[in-house]
Formats: sequence, structure tokens, C-alpha cells
Amino acid sequence: MCSGYWTVRHLAELESQLAHLRFPAGALEIDLAAVGRMDTGGALVLQELISTLRQAQHEVQILGLSPKAAGLLELVGRSLEQGGITPVAPQRMLLERLGRGSVAHVHAGIGMLGFIGEIGLAWMRQLLHPGRVRWREVADNLVEAGHRALGIVGLLSFLLGIVIAYQGGVQMRQYGASLFVADLVGLSMVRELAPIITAIIVAGRTGSAYTAQIGTMKVTEEVDALRSMGIPPLELLVLPKLLALIIALPLLTVFADIMGILGGMVMSSVQLDISFSTFIQRIGIAVSLDSFLVGVGKAPVFAAIIATIGCYQGFQVVGSAESVGRRTTISVVQAILAVIVIDAAFSVAFSRLGI
Amino acid sequence: MQHEATVGAEPVVRVTDLGMRFGTKVVHEHIDLDVRQGEILGIVGGSGCGKTTLLREMALLPKPSAGSVQVLGRDIAGLSDAGVAQVRRRVGVLFQNGALFGGLNVLHNVGVPLREHTRLSDPLVDRIARLKLSLVGLSAADGLLYPNQLSGGMRKRAALARAIALDPELLFLDEPTSGLDPVSADAFDALVLDLKQALDPTVVLVTHDLDSLWRVADRVVLLGEGRVLAEGSMQELTSSRDPAVVRFLQGPRGRAAQASA
Repeated sequence: MCSGYWTVRHLAELESQLAHLRFPAGALEIDLAAVGRMDTGGALVLQELISTLRQAQHEVQILGLSPKAAGLLELVGRSLEQGGITPVAPQRMLLERLGRGSVAHVHAGIGMLGFIGEIGLAWMRQLLHPGRVRWREVADNLVEAGHRALGIVGLLSFLLGIVIAYQGGVQMRQYGASLFVADLVGLSMVRELAPIITAIIVAGRTGSAYTAQIGTMKVTEEVDALRSMGIPPLELLVLPKLLALIIALPLLTVFADIMGILGGMVMSSVQLDISFSTFIQRIGIAVSLDSFLVGVGKAPVFAAIIATIGCYQGFQVVGSAESVGRRTTISVVQAILAVIVIDAAFSVAFSRLGI
Repeated sequence: MQHEATVGAEPVVRVTDLGMRFGTKVVHEHIDLDVRQGEILGIVGGSGCGKTTLLREMALLPKPSAGSVQVLGRDIAGLSDAGVAQVRRRVGVLFQNGALFGGLNVLHNVGVPLREHTRLSDPLVDRIARLKLSLVGLSAADGLLYPNQLSGGMRKRAALARAIALDPELLFLDEPTSGLDPVSADAFDALVLDLKQALDPTVVLVTHDLDSLWRVADRVVLLGEGRVLAEGSMQELTSSRDPAVVRFLQGPRGRAAQASA
């Protein structure tokens, strides 16, 4: 004897009730006269119940079925027969997953190398035909990646300068070496912190945007459309971004240098009573042209890394919005990691060279 | 305004003096329309005449700028968020491009409304989803594919399976046969009729596929110039003398569709 609504909204209770139901041996009658409404979900549960009972050698008879419910039941029965055995997604063992993951990483590395090669070739072509450089796109990207980033880069380096001057100043005052806070702020900002902090901000801000833009264009087949019109996507989408970032990042780094030193200067004057003119004089002595060039010189390399990784990950997007999100994350993480690793390599190289 | 007397039941959807504008662009104005219990209503009209917008308004997606929409006996304007959610649960929508979630395979796509609106166990949700897939003619193996691995026809079928996941009383189909080859389009029409018979929803169908209208629709509404130009069965419309109707239905394509129907 069954009653109530056999619809998907009420099936949850039904499911648990049926799970606890024990059936006596022999012939069974299922009376559905009191069932209010039935939908395909309910019909599925009923059909499954009937086949389990039949498999357990019960005689089953259905009573009180409304014509509509009978139709549904028959429809579900037919579909279940057609459906056959359900394939299950293969389960992979740890070792297999490890192997597949490694192979995928190797392929990704090879793909990245191939991408760098393609960029190199495309660049050569543009050097031979300078008219093909898309200056409009370069200019647009310069505004987006450079000009629009001034605010955040400036603010962060200013604060960084304040923090260094404050932390360093407290220590140095104990030794009566307050004035050397200018050396500390100047050298650390110009050589290391400004290039790194700028590169990290740009990787998060611009590298991610590159991935998302190219990735979305891949999902909507715009990249294929470009190709079919005979426009190499690399020339339109990648080279202008790369070129723009290589120009913008050193400029942003110089700006970060200035703002960082300004922050240190303000803090020193407030906390250590070092006047602006003394501070600037000291900076002039402490920070050599070499140090400045070392810092700014790293920026184009960082820019190339960020833009290349950003664009490459964009082209790796397949299919869906979720893939765009995943690739954007990978792009930012890889770019920041690569920037820091390369910076460490630079430090080692420069100290060997004695710069 | 005049509403034709409906036999027996309240109209499932009643649109009264509906107007929609985006900024200064008027999509349509003064639209009156009833969708009757259990019918398949076709909405046709030229591209850009606001068919899809009208369907979306009836499916409770954008708020109309003027007029009222009653769906399943409730006036949408007066409903709370919870009320709207309740009505939406009884309505299924097939979007033009399927709008399947790219991150989920087909089986899980169909399972989304079930998981969201019921407390069923995962295995049962999967079994119901598989049943719906087989109702729309997809195999269980297809259920493991992701939307970007599907052909156009399969994507429409998968999207239809998701639209009927909760056995809706009201089903909106937006251009179900657009972009399909003639054979798949015919098969899809047959599928809609089959499902109509099995699950008995009221169906609102937006299309400009005239073959589809002849085969599937009980009644047709012709939209144009931002208003309802004509309504009736295809037979009634084809015998109309209204120049706009004649232009739409009596062109070479219209006559070919009529001849094959």
C-alpha cells in the first residue's frame, strides 16, 4: 500500500523508507491507488523497486495505477532497458596518476619552449618588416599595463619605503648611524625591492588579464576566427602585449624607485629628524649608477617572463569558463615564481661579477 | 483588452500590456498573450523582434519595464524572492546555445537542479539524470562527456534533459532547432512531441523554423514591430490576409514548409 506524492521533491523520504522496508516472501501486491501525483523520478524508483523484487523471485502485481502514471512507468521501463549497463569513469591508481601528471608537466614544458620559439620567429619577421608591428595595440597595452598601474605601484612602494626606513631607523639610531638609513632605503629599493614588487604587482594585474583575455577569446572561437582571416594570433595578441610590457615594466620600476625613496625620506624626517636635503645628498653618494641600472635592467626580463607565461597559459585554455579561471591562477603563480627564481639567479650572477 | 475564452483552466502564462525597453531602445510594447494549459505555443517573428526577450520575461529572467506577467497563476511583480524561486522550480528553460556548465559533464549538468532543489541521495540523482538522458535519446556513455565534446544536436538534447530534470509544468524552448541539420531538427521536433506526451508540460517555443511550427505547435503567435501581429493555428494564420503575416508565412520557405507538413 503506497500513498503520498511520488515526485522528485518528496522522493528523499520515500527513498529512506523503502531502504528500511522488508518484504515477505511470495506474491506481492503494490497498491498505488492512494498515490497523489507521480513524476518520472517517482516512476523510476517504483520501476527499480519492481525489478529488484522480481529478481528476488517475488510475484509482483501493480494495482490502482492511474493511466498517466502507467504511461510514465512504461516509458521509464523502456528507457531503462535501452540504457543498458552504465560505464563508470575509470579509477586511476596513485602510480598511474603520478606518471600521467609527470608526462603532462613535461609536455607543458615542451609546449612553453615551442611557444617561446614561435614568439622569437614572429619577432624576427617583424624586425625584417617593421611596418607590421601593430603600434596601436602596443599603445593600448601600454596605457592599460603601464599608466593604469601607476597608482597601485606608487602606493605600495611608498609604503614599502616607509616600512624599511622605520624598521631600519630604529636599529641604526642605537648605533648613532641614523643617517645610513638613506643607504638602506636607497640600495634595497633600487637594487631589489622596487623591481620585485613591481613585477609581482604586474604579474597579478596584467599577466592574469592577458591569460583571461586570450583564454576567453579561445573559448568563443575568436582566436580561430583570427586565424581563418589570415591574421596570426601571435602577431595581434602576443607581440604587442610583450612589447608593451617590456617598455612599461622598467618605467614602472623607476617610478617605484622614486616613490620608495620618497617614502623613506618622509619617514626619516618624521622619526629621525633627517632633513630632505641631507637625505637626498646621502642617496646620491650611496646609490651608484650601477646599482640603479642593475635594478632597472632586470625589469625587461621580468616583463618578458610575465607576458610570455600569461599569453601561453591563455592559449592553453580549452572549452569552458572554468578552464579560464584555472589557467589564470596557474599563470599568476608561475609568473611570480619565475620572477623570484630569476631574481635570485641575477643576485648570484651579479655578486660573482662584482657589480 | 480581449482574451479569448480559455476552455476549462486558467491560462498557464498570462501576459498583459507588457512593455520592455533597454535604455531608449523599445523592444516591445503593449503585448497581450495567453499560454493555455497543456498547449504547445509557438512564438515567431523576424530576427530582433523581441521573441527571445519575451520568452525570457515569461521565464522570470529580466523584469519587464511595463505591464504584468502571470506565471502558473502568480503575478510576478508581487512575488518575493522566495516566491519567484518557487515558481522557477516548476519551470524549465532550454537556452538557445544550451548554456550547459562547461566545468561539469553532461550527467552532472542534468543533476544540478535535482541536487539544488531536492535532498535525494547522489546515486538516485545520477539514476534520475541518466533516465532523463535516455528520454532525450542520449546514452549513459554520453553522460560522461563534457559540453565542449558534444555536437550541436547532442548539446541541445543535453540541455533539454537538464530543462526537464524536475518534470516542469511549463517548458520554455528558445530556438531548439536552430543550428541543427534538417534530420536532427526533425528528430528534435519528434522528441519534443514525445516528451510532451510523456510528461505533459505546457510548452512555449520560440523559433523561426517554419517546419517546426507546422509539426509541433498547436497555436502560433506572430510578433513584429514590437507587438503581436497575429495569433492562431498555422492553418488560420496562412489563410490570413494581413500583409505582415502573408510576408512571413507565404514566402517561398513558408510555402515549402506548409507543403511538407
